Amino acid sequence: MKLATQTPARTRRAGSSRPSMFLRMLWRAAILRKGRAATALLAMVVGAAVATTMLNLFIDVQAKLRTEFRKYGANVVVIAKDGGSLPPDALHLAEEALAGRGTAVPFAYAVARTQDGQSVVVAGTDFDRVRQMNSWWSVNAWPRATHQALLGRRASKSVSPNGQPFDLSFHGRRIRLQPAGILQTGAGEDSRIYLSLEDFESWTNVPASTIEIAASGSAEDVESVMQKLAASISVGRVSAVRQIAEGEASVLGKTRATLMAVSILIIATAALCVLATLMGWVFDRRRDFAIMKALGASENLIRGFFAAEAAALGAVGAALGFAIGIGVAAWIGRSNFQAPVTPRFGLLPIVFAGSIAVALVAALLPISLLRRIQPAMILRGE
Amino acid sequence: MFVRLVFESFRREKRRKLLAGVAITLGVGVATAMIAVATDIGDKVGRELRTYGANLIVTPQEDSLDLEIAGVNLKPPSDGAYLNEADLPKIKGMFWRNNIVGFSPMLPVSANVKINGGEQEVSLLGTYFAKAIRFGKEGFVTGVRNTHPWWKVQGSWPKDDSDSAEVLVGQRLAAALAMQPGETLEIDRQPHRVAGILSTGGPEDNQLVVPLLLAQQILGRAGAVRRVYVSALTKPEDAFARRDPKSLSPAMYDRWYCSPYAQSIAYQLQEAIPFSHAEQIRQVAQNEGTVLSRIKGLMLLMTLAALLASALAVSAAMATAIFERRHDVGLMKALGAADVSVASLFFAESALLALLGGLVGFAGGSLLAGQIGRSIFDSKLSVQPVLLPIVLLIAVIVTFAGSASAIRRAVKLDPVHALRGGG
Repeated sequence: MKLATQTPARTRRAGSSRPSMFLRMLWRAAILRKGRAATALLAMVVGAAVATTMLNLFIDVQAKLRTEFRKYGANVVVIAKDGGSLPPDALHLAEEALAGRGTAVPFAYAVARTQDGQSVVVAGTDFDRVRQMNSWWSVNAWPRATHQALLGRRASKSVSPNGQPFDLSFHGRRIRLQPAGILQTGAGEDSRIYLSLEDFESWTNVPASTIEIAASGSAEDVESVMQKLAASISVGRVSAVRQIAEGEASVLGKTRATLMAVSILIIATAALCVLATLMGWVFDRRRDFAIMKALGASENLIRGFFAAEAAALGAVGAALGFAIGIGVAAWIGRSNFQAPVTPRFGLLPIVFAGSIAVALVAALLPISLLRRIQPAMILRGE
Repeated sequence: MFVRLVFESFRREKRRKLLAGVAITLGVGVATAMIAVATDIGDKVGRELRTYGANLIVTPQEDSLDLEIAGVNLKPPSDGAYLNEADLPKIKGMFWRNNIVGFSPMLPVSANVKINGGEQEVSLLGTYFAKAIRFGKEGFVTGVRNTHPWWKVQGSWPKDDSDSAEVLVGQRLAAALAMQPGETLEIDRQPHRVAGILSTGGPEDNQLVVPLLLAQQILGRAGAVRRVYVSALTKPEDAFARRDPKSLSPAMYDRWYCSPYAQSIAYQLQEAIPFSHAEQIRQVAQNEGTVLSRIKGLMLLMTLAALLASALAVSAAMATAIFERRHDVGLMKALGAADVSVASLFFAESALLALLGGLVGFAGGSLLAGQIGRSIFDSKLSVQPVLLPIVLLIAVIVTFAGSASAIRRAVKLDPVHALRGGG
């Protein structure tokens, strides 16, 4: 309608250069019908934002969940073969195989006797590392000084019920220990006494026989760490903790599948709604279409005009939607995982291409439907 | 007249109504499916997390210290106290019995085993594989196949009755002795058939795993059980869960007792089995809570995002649908219709559209949720019928909200402009 109201003089002046006329038509179409353009743009922005959020989360959430699963503790264990012990540099070799992607904790074990002749398992370990790997250990106070021990809940009842210092003997060698705190896990650790590895080795002369490793990353990453370990520590038997590995695989797999189904669902809905809104918008402008045709515009010009308009709308919508989607994904990451979701700018071209494609389909589909109708019919209002 | 106007508008403008209706249907469908998934995901993932095995352990109250290094038990079998096997079915009589996925009793013993002519001392572990148990009128099946799902058997699982005389051999032990499924070995001069080779990645790889009854016969103590692993569906722990039940007021105690926390289930296990101590296995129980609440939170946030997106999409579609009708508005007003009656006509149309779209969307969403449940979790993901009125109400509200500004603009429009087709 707006084209009809323009004076012939203005049309001629603007028509002196075709590209500027084309741009002006695009611009005026957006300005004159602010309401309709804004609705279409809103749909576009929502669609792009939802798609960006979902794609970003889908990639990042798996990494986030993997770190949650690492809290289950060791997924790989190296045990010295035939009850022997590991070489002194084994821990160093294990760290090399991990290359910073995980924690390795050494353990040494011995059976000692208490003053009243009861047997108890004593373990030597690195408290800082254990604390990092086994976050489920419930400990009221960690040992800080030498000759301080961490007592399992059940062990503490029999060796030091009132928190007094106690003696242990191993092959005739005695040691006096000060209880620092109580450890509770609900498993075998409850019956043990934990010392620092230095105290343990100087008392018993028994070196570490086990290294427990929490290797992070995907199943393939863990597999490659295991192969490196088997190659570098030849006296140790490297095995995966099946309980941990299989639990992780099944839960992660199901969660990923759910996320994927939900993402596809939501993105498809957003795309269809954008399509519906834009198609309504273009249909509604069939008068513009008819007038252009009546004034002698070629079929290709009209198609190009609507396509350019749709592409511009798609691009603007994608840019705004991408920014909003990154924000929403970051907010979800922070409020649920207490860690921000890294914005993936690699998704930008995908979101752009998707938005423009949807917009183009929405614009060109109605045009090809309208092509068969005579301009006069539309202008008469039928 | 009013009804006829609404009816004719639907009859004559099928395309536009269809577009808006499709938007509403899709929005409601996705919303329904998401709500169903989000409300059920906790239960579903909780069941998946049971792959990690038992999260509770029951031991005798007056037990001596365990002497266990790297899974090898050094404690003499005669040492320490035992639980009574006859008490175990009571676990299925507890308040939270339906949350108990399974339990397996364990009894480690050692025995002289004669294999291929050679004789040696081997650790045996007596347990249930998949034993049928009755409590009252209810029957159920429990054992390591429920509580230790990562145990893999090459060959077949043995039967639980001792006269079948079948056992499992740990894979490292089997490799050392060159045993194959189907061969025979002698335990205490009794012949037994090797049903399968067991692989667990744990100490059982070096042991024989036998029916509980056989281990009790070897030990010479009928009904003896060293410990019981219990796998239960629990609620993530919070500050209330950690309270000492003895310090709670009666009302608070009831609330604590009737929440499926690992702590309260352990408390009830202790009540059910005399002279026992029940405790959560913190490695499994604690992390289960974290993972579960993370996944639930994620789904909740995604549901919110999906609801918001559906609402905006429906609003946009409605605005479009009404904007296209400004000719009708002009005509009605030119014929003398009041603003109120024009607006109410549009609202009636929107409501009808929302209800129709909502109904179809709800049905579609339920199907979709069922499909997701079946294909991902191999179990039913049902949509509560209670959700229907709520979803319909939300659909009507969102549709009204989306139409409101467009209707206001349409009503305010000067009939002359509307009829001339300007905008």
